[in-house]
Amino acid sequence: MDAKPSHLRLEPLLWILFSAGGVVAAFLIPVHLFLSNLAFPLGWLKAPDYAHMSALIAHPLVRLYLFVLCAVPLFHSAHRIRYTLYDGLQIKHLNEVIAVGCYGGAIIGTLAAGYLLWNIH
Amino acid sequence: MKSESLQARYTLNHPRWYRKRVSTYWWLQRWEYLRFVLREVSSVFIAFFVVTMLAQIYALSRGLEAYAELQNWLRNPFVVALNLISFLFVVFHSVTWFGLAARAVVVRVGGKRVPEILISGGHYAGWLVVSAILAWFLLGG
Repeated sequence: MDAKPSHLRLEPLLWILFSAGGVVAAFLIPVHLFLSNLAFPLGWLKAPDYAHMSALIAHPLVRLYLFVLCAVPLFHSAHRIRYTLYDGLQIKHLNEVIAVGCYGGAIIGTLAAGYLLWNIH
Repeated sequence: MKSESLQARYTLNHPRWYRKRVSTYWWLQRWEYLRFVLREVSSVFIAFFVVTMLAQIYALSRGLEAYAELQNWLRNPFVVALNLISFLFVVFHSVTWFGLAARAVVVRVGGKRVPEILISGGHYAGWLVVSAILAWFLLGG
């Protein structure tokens, strides 16, 4: 236990991010996914034009919102994928590699979101 | 007491833990297990959604042509299928999450615990309102 005290302190933060990401994903992702990835490109609903989308994303609050929408659910996913691999497939000997891969992926995604949203226009 | 009995030799007991070998496919054995794993797998599709979201933001930042190109990509049958599956999984995540929240959130009114159905009902109502507001923004106000 005292070999890696840093892990013990990090775990609550990771769990809070998992939980917050679960809430954000549950409330916000279905409508975004349905509209932007299905209804608009497939013509089920009249898609907003480029100008409207540009105007929306130009607003700082919208960009902050999009940052949260992207970043927090990534940590939720990372946490769940980590434990699904750990328990589901019983890959326990690769625990460190999986943890670094999952949270590392979430961090890269978060940095990408921040970079893209910061540099628009 | 004879000294003989005290000199009896003891060997340390090394018990082997009895652990039944669990099949890698344990989660296929019961519907409850499968449902649990499907709920966990929803996280993969949440991550996929974020990737498409980042692609949309990137396309928007690149201009009109890039944006139209991305819309074209979203019409690819393979991508459409993936998004349909993702949508089912994401809704499954919402439903299981609200069910979980009803168990976890303890609200007391006048010393009595608010029943789970009201807590989850509140979550569903909130989900509807939030979705309507977001749709209103995206559809152009």
